Amino acid sequence: MATWRVAVSGECVASGSCLGIAPAWFARRDDGQSYPTSVLIEENAAVLDAAACCPVEAIMLSDAETGEPIELA
Amino acid sequence: MFHPSAEMKELQRSKPVVQVELPDGSTSWLITRYDDVRQVLVDPRFSRAATVGRNVRRIGPASASGDSILSKDPPEHTRMRRLVAGAFTARRVEALRPRVTKLVDEFIDHMFTLPQPADLVENFSLPLPVQVICELLGVPAEDRHIFHEWSDGILGDESRDPQEIEEAFARLSGYFGRLIATKRAAPGDDLMTALIAARDAEDRLSEAELVGLCLTLLIAGHETTANQINMFLLVLHEYPEQLERLRANPEMIPQAVEELMRFAQLGTSGGGLPRITTEEVELGGVRIPEGAAVIPVLTVANRDPALTTDPDRVDVARPLTTHLAFGAGVHHCLGAQLARMELQEALRGLLGRMPRMELATPADELTFKNGMVVRSLRALPVRW
Repeated sequence: MATWRVAVSGECVASGSCLGIAPAWFARRDDGQSYPTSVLIEENAAVLDAAACCPVEAIMLSDAETGEPIELA
Repeated sequence: MFHPSAEMKELQRSKPVVQVELPDGSTSWLITRYDDVRQVLVDPRFSRAATVGRNVRRIGPASASGDSILSKDPPEHTRMRRLVAGAFTARRVEALRPRVTKLVDEFIDHMFTLPQPADLVENFSLPLPVQVICELLGVPAEDRHIFHEWSDGILGDESRDPQEIEEAFARLSGYFGRLIATKRAAPGDDLMTALIAARDAEDRLSEAELVGLCLTLLIAGHETTANQINMFLLVLHEYPEQLERLRANPEMIPQAVEELMRFAQLGTSGGGLPRITTEEVELGGVRIPEGAAVIPVLTVANRDPALTTDPDRVDVARPLTTHLAFGAGVHHCLGAQLARMELQEALRGLLGRMPRMELATPADELTFKNGMVVRSLRALPVRW
């Protein structure tokens, strides 16, 4: 099982979509933007769903070893 | 017309989480503070799926609510949302902007050929979003005159005969059934064709979900934006100093769209779709039992002093984007980025090319269609 690196960019518009889809993996900062509760995680379907559903594609997933972006489709 | 009721403001001050009896005799919890409303929208213990079959306010007919993306929780909701999310991302929407700018120009060109006063609803605020969502979905926009009455019927509120809503839904479903059959035979380069492929090749949607999703996208994609264009103009004419500021500083338009979204009330009730608790939840220090209906009142939450200072004043320069006008959580408006862009381009076009536009009928004499869940103007006569 691959290890992923999770990041949320400044593009985040505080939709809260990821908080609903993957509540264990994202949380909300005081300014409303989301952040990952763990930067390095085992590959995870809910986190992939959250990234695919983000309205501004602010959630970036990459392979922690190779740095390759994770395909969302 | 421009402010939440005094009762709602008082509830927000003194009883922000409160059980009330609704006009139909059922009981619901009204949630009015920003932080609490946001929690209801985001927290999975407040379920949309659990509302199916319950006597709560809904959009569309009771019979079809189980198939609707609006009435599903993760992971079922996520399965449907992933099929459409990619078509509405900020990046995809930005690629549509030049087309929308051109449409705005064409509709305004056409208005210049009309005698004054002319109806902005019929000639601009309705046909613009209809054209955009139709092109995206693959629906012939000239069919607006066929489907718009059914769309209005489906958006009927609790004052309407439920049978009327069922019939409107059946008619629009039939229309989409025929359109889907045509596209199965001759696929296009549009979202409906992609959804048909997800149904047929990958079995990621049922047939009822496919029809329901197309229908929801069409309705949600135009009636909301059309009436926000109208409401934005009414608000700006109510506060002419803000209108002048925006006319003089069109670079403020994106910020102004956020402020007008926060300020203007689109829904008739001001509330978001109800949720049902799946377990006992403590919210704002109050225990809500399992199985309770909960209504997050978005419009008053957007006027919470905890969200922003002087919340009942409209300020087109207010630096705030965390309003709840598009909802939040998994049901956060799918078309939010598209709506933002269309509203920006609509304002840019109208303020830029009709700088002296004025209402030909005083705002307090304008009428909304009866029995709709959104505040839908019958007409908005303007001069320029």
